[in-house]
Amino acid sequence: MNHIIALAGNPNCGKTTLFNALTGSSQRVGNWPGVTIDKKVGRIKGTDSELVDLPGIYSLSPYSPEEIVTRNFIVGEKPDALINIVDATNIERNLYLSLQLIDMGIPMVIALNMMDEVEKRGDKIDIDVLSKGLGVPIIPISAAKKENIDGLVEKIMEVADSHQLPIPASYEDSLEEVAAAAEKVLRGKVPTDNMRFYAFKLIEDDQLVNEVVPGARESIKEDIQRLETEHDDSADSIIANSRYDKITGLVQKAVTHAPRLEKGTLSDRIDRYVTNKYLGIPIFIAIIAFVYFLAMFDSPDWSSPGAWATGVLNDAFANFSAGVADWCASEGVNEILTSLLTDGIMSGVGAVLGFLPQIIVMFACLNILEEIGYMARVAFVMDRIFRYFNLSGKSFIPLLVGTGCGVPGVMSSRTIESECDRRITAMTVTFMPCSAKLPVISAIAGALAGNMWVAVYAYFMGIVLVIMSGIILKKFQRLSGDPAPFIMELPPYHAPKVMSIIKGIWERCWAFIKNAMTVVLLATVVIWVLSHFDFAFHYLDPNTQMDDSILSALAGAIAYLFMPLGWGDNWELTAATITGFMAKEDIVATLGVLLLGDTEASISSISAALADLLGNGAAIMSFFSFNIFCAPCVAAVTAIHRELGSWKSTGLTLLYHTLLSYSVALFVYVIYGTLDGTYIEPYVYVLAVASAALLIYLLVAKDPFRQKSRKVSE
Amino acid sequence: MRTLRDVPVGSSAKVKKINGEGAVKRHIMDMGITKGVTITIRKTAPLGDPIEITLRGYELTLRKADAGMIEIE
Repeated sequence: MNHIIALAGNPNCGKTTLFNALTGSSQRVGNWPGVTIDKKVGRIKGTDSELVDLPGIYSLSPYSPEEIVTRNFIVGEKPDALINIVDATNIERNLYLSLQLIDMGIPMVIALNMMDEVEKRGDKIDIDVLSKGLGVPIIPISAAKKENIDGLVEKIMEVADSHQLPIPASYEDSLEEVAAAAEKVLRGKVPTDNMRFYAFKLIEDDQLVNEVVPGARESIKEDIQRLETEHDDSADSIIANSRYDKITGLVQKAVTHAPRLEKGTLSDRIDRYVTNKYLGIPIFIAIIAFVYFLAMFDSPDWSSPGAWATGVLNDAFANFSAGVADWCASEGVNEILTSLLTDGIMSGVGAVLGFLPQIIVMFACLNILEEIGYMARVAFVMDRIFRYFNLSGKSFIPLLVGTGCGVPGVMSSRTIESECDRRITAMTVTFMPCSAKLPVISAIAGALAGNMWVAVYAYFMGIVLVIMSGIILKKFQRLSGDPAPFIMELPPYHAPKVMSIIKGIWERCWAFIKNAMTVVLLATVVIWVLSHFDFAFHYLDPNTQMDDSILSALAGAIAYLFMPLGWGDNWELTAATITGFMAKEDIVATLGVLLLGDTEASISSISAALADLLGNGAAIMSFFSFNIFCAPCVAAVTAIHRELGSWKSTGLTLLYHTLLSYSVALFVYVIYGTLDGTYIEPYVYVLAVASAALLIYLLVAKDPFRQKSRKVSE
Repeated sequence: MRTLRDVPVGSSAKVKKINGEGAVKRHIMDMGITKGVTITIRKTAPLGDPIEITLRGYELTLRKADAGMIEIE
């Protein structure tokens, strides 16, 4: 028979490995509705049944989107059976989720994973005792070594076919009495199969159950109060305590530990250095520098794998594009079509795909670091710094990757567990100057007589904007969430699994390629049309006639918006900003075409032309500030959209970027100009003071969503 | 009232009660920090916070502020 089987378990218990072992290559990846959590579905090998991978969770409390997704799926979609994967080396905490899943009343099998590790340690687990105590079949397996996977499949099919329900463990009498009272109140109002789950959730005062059966808790209030007085504790604590007490008792009976080594486990010994008081941060910096080096380092003598492959790929694109152009010319293909193909599509999509090698190297490194368990240590080491601006240590990696390219930076925000931290990180990564902004930095530095502080300013200001955004964005309801508690498991180190790393890289790269082939392609064509045609739809020579294009008309129309920033009525600057949306390095190329009429103009000549055009340093810096911090390129925007999951949120992010960068440009113009003695119109001062006031208000205003419990503890 | 915050690095303590409410308290309990469990403080992070602890055979890290919610015997 074909069934729907769900796979649930803690994070770091080998769930992904088991999913891959069970389904092989038949996987579809998507998102759960409404949240940016991966939803993976695959066919179990040798059967017609579907396996749905549920998010990794520790509990069924309704506090994280992962937990809610899991609950809703089990209660709402009613899978035919559930595989609960349990890490045998960390059995007590893993079984806590099992007890809750058992209460949900669906056919279930526990896959006791990492049995090879348990044997290696010399520990013994009595499967029969454990299985009887829990009231659910247990199959010992090793997902990594693919041991006993067939046995697991056989058992889960048997349980699903016969609809064999687990037998929930009973807790102490006083708690069971209240549970019985709760079941009485709930009878007929919730599905009978899930009764025990709902009863305990009702005692815990769970919001979602209170919504399903309003007023039910009121009718068992006295029973709960009696229980709470008897234990001198809150009802939800009593339930958690009872569950863990049950597990402790069972584990004492079923598990025999071999004596532990004096010197500690391998993980202990590695952590002695990696999270060491003095060595922790230097080791972190060294590892990240190495990752960066592998992905980006480029010099005339030696190129890193990432930079080398980027070069090869870009040359290939250029040759291919040139080949197409030649072929078109020899075959007499229409000049406009040739331009669309080569100048438009190929250079645009090629510019984006050109980042692919760097992304592969970057994600290979990051996936390995994540797999072996190092990322949790990074968060441990860096958390103290990020706490200041409302984020956790996990936000550091995306920001760092973002200095290479915003796209993988945004994508790597996926490793952050807290939904709201993940969103804020995805929204702010692109403030960090990426490698495509480097030509802009050198052009501006050149226009300011080779001032090296331009680069320092770009990075420093990028960090400041991320910090400010962390403080400001948390005050908006959509991003407030609970102040994500930083309570995180430090999983033992283990060797990386090649297959799951390759799969991880492939999934991300495929998303990136799809992106380049769809949204980026479309945007490229639009910008090409706008810059190569006039309103009468006459094709223009890109080297001499771009002044007449639709783009220049549009740029001219909005140029007045930038007058307060000291850009004057130079529509060329606005046009460059618009093409920067395509790819940030296009800003310099567009200035070359528009100011010098030369597509191949050198950066130094562009610098000189820009200095001539604007005449003062204040305006040059304001142009720079806006361009480097405003809406990122279209590839990054689509990556942000993927992480945020809606175009509305993405649009608001872009608006936020634009307004913030506008304010920064304004401040820079006013401050630089005042110090420099440039004449600034009085209304610009008024505007600057007004936006400064607004910004300060947003920074110091009280956070309306900060939880009370947090304050009590601090 | 003694909390987990007051336990020096290298020593162990037995949990008496979890104070506070809401998501943080719930998350602390879900991770296995419940009444009667023994917790060992392993180390503090290079910048002084968070701390690393061992309980129920695994390692966990939490901030000192959260450790202050955990009352010990």
